[in-house]
Amino acid sequence: MNLEKVIFGFFIVLAATLNFGFVYGEVGNPQHHHLWEFFAAFVVNVIATVLKFGDRTQVGAIHLATSLVAVLQLAAAALVWTLAGPSDAGLSVSTMSSIVSLSAGALLANVVSVTILIVETTMQRR
Amino acid sequence: MSSVIFIALRRLRAPLILLVAVFALGIVGLVLIPGVDAEGRAWHLTVFQALYFMTYTATTIGFGELPREFGQAQRIWVTVVIFLSVVGWAYLVASLLGLARDKAFRGALVAGRFRRRVRALREPFYLICGFGETGLLVGRALDWLGTRFVAIEIDETRAQELELLDLAQDAPALAGDARLPENMLAAGLAKRECRGVLALTNDDHANLAVAMSVRLLNPNIPVLCRAMSPQTAANMASFGSDHIINPFAKFGEYLALAIASPAGYRLASWLAGLPGTTLKAQTAPPRGHWIVCGYGRFGREVVQAFRGQGIDVTVIDPNDAGVADLRAVRGRGTEAEPLLAAGVDLAAGIVAGTDDDVNNLSIAVTARALNARLFTIVRQNLQANRALFEAYAADITMVSSEIVANECLARLKTPALGRFLELARGKGDAWAEALLERLIAALGDQTPEIWSVAISATGAPALHRALMLEKGKVLLGDLARDSGARERRNACVPLLLTRGGGSLPLPAEEVPLRAGDEVLFAGAPRARRAQSPMLSNVNVRDYVLSGIDLPGGLISMWAARKRRARR
Repeated sequence: MNLEKVIFGFFIVLAATLNFGFVYGEVGNPQHHHLWEFFAAFVVNVIATVLKFGDRTQVGAIHLATSLVAVLQLAAAALVWTLAGPSDAGLSVSTMSSIVSLSAGALLANVVSVTILIVETTMQRR
Repeated sequence: MSSVIFIALRRLRAPLILLVAVFALGIVGLVLIPGVDAEGRAWHLTVFQALYFMTYTATTIGFGELPREFGQAQRIWVTVVIFLSVVGWAYLVASLLGLARDKAFRGALVAGRFRRRVRALREPFYLICGFGETGLLVGRALDWLGTRFVAIEIDETRAQELELLDLAQDAPALAGDARLPENMLAAGLAKRECRGVLALTNDDHANLAVAMSVRLLNPNIPVLCRAMSPQTAANMASFGSDHIINPFAKFGEYLALAIASPAGYRLASWLAGLPGTTLKAQTAPPRGHWIVCGYGRFGREVVQAFRGQGIDVTVIDPNDAGVADLRAVRGRGTEAEPLLAAGVDLAAGIVAGTDDDVNNLSIAVTARALNARLFTIVRQNLQANRALFEAYAADITMVSSEIVANECLARLKTPALGRFLELARGKGDAWAEALLERLIAALGDQTPEIWSVAISATGAPALHRALMLEKGKVLLGDLARDSGARERRNACVPLLLTRGGGSLPLPAEEVPLRAGDEVLFAGAPRARRAQSPMLSNVNVRDYVLSGIDLPGGLISMWAARKRRARR
């Protein structure tokens, strides 16, 4: 067992699960989507991206690309949230919907990332 | 470039993750810990406000407590966060500094710059593999001739020294192994502008590898190889290397020529010399009994040259195995006994040809002390010992790096010169003597510039047009006319006229030129510059050939035609 591999896999899966947890629920309902979960998803996604830096293989490049997409989507969602208002109480249904749909895009990228991780792991017969 | 970014990203992974973690922790704390406003109500920072505060605090910009004053609990947390973020930044900066000092990273930076510079080269250039003594000489001479070059050198400090040379050009140098095709390609082997490759490393096997990669990766360009051993030379020849230069064999050839035809030798070494060499008044090696110290690769060639001329030789070598039908004395030659045993007191000359400079000088000094009239040939191995050899002033000093550099330049600059010297060798001593006198009278005793003019659509478009389309007549002598005043002659002498398969040495001025001819000239650099307008400019050509100064523009040409028609 390799500690580096554990950490790598941990952050990638955690990024995907947190993202999923945030997106899960009624799209336009602010009650179903918590700010802290979004924050955690964002931070973990950034960490996952940094972890993928510097891998020169083809698989590594795709890994990095998916993470960059996820971070970009989440950053867009964060921007929408920040511009909508200082408090999370007064979010309109349309604002919440756009935040959640942007995060859903990030979720898709994270799912691709996790899929690559699984495929890569099963390819190695060790 | 991309490899630089990848190395940097990989190295900065840990500090970046630490910074992200510190920011996230700080933001969480700032949002969760409440402040108290003037009315005693609790308030919270939003996530964005917390991020904003973290950004200016962690980077030590410090705008103060925004959007309003913090409470006690918030300040405690901010203190913790400041220390954490300072550690994070310090770690990042330390990693960056470490990266800048890192050898692999700097190597990647330098290699990236080298690649970009080679890619940007848009002029013809030569690729020099191995920038040691020989490479340096060739590089300097190419620079003097205004030709670009790219160098690959395995020794990093030597490659860096190239940047410190006072060259007119900015020559890219790669510190790398020329045996790797990857390095050769990075140095522009496959580029259209690459005119030729010179394999001049001090490792025969590396030169062989270079020749092989040129043959396979860019078969159309010539490759010049230095080969110290006959085996390597044979191997190189087996896959069609164009030019193989063995300095020892070359010196043997020169020596044989110098004995058989002293003037021929002087002519050859003067014409093929490095730019700026002056003709030395040299005495020819005398016939008689010779002593050769050191029977290695060099000694063998020298002995062969002497015996080819029917000269009797005694060899002095510490191990005399393999010297079958030769008179040999066992020893070093640095002491008097072996020299006397070899008959130094009655000898005509001595060759100090071991691979140790100090021993060679010691042999020469000892031998001269025993016989002051000895003709001395001393082998100099290292350029660094030049001062010593100059002070000793042997009759001939053999420097293998100079021989190889000379050979390379002669073959790169003007392949026709080799053919001319080959022909000159067969003409005898008196012919060479007469030619030498004629050349010195016309051009002075500095090594002249040698160039060839091809009467072709690309080499001399104006002349080619005159011969092919306008059915004009051009005499060889016209090429030497001055383009400003046609009755004056430029300081140049035609050495060789090549037509079809045959060549004519020292052609007369009255020979009419034909399209496809190639003329080899020796002359002052000024003469070459003065000649080029006539080759490419139709108006200059007309003036030089006929003496009529025609107007150049379309309107004045039309007016001139009208005027002529009226007359």
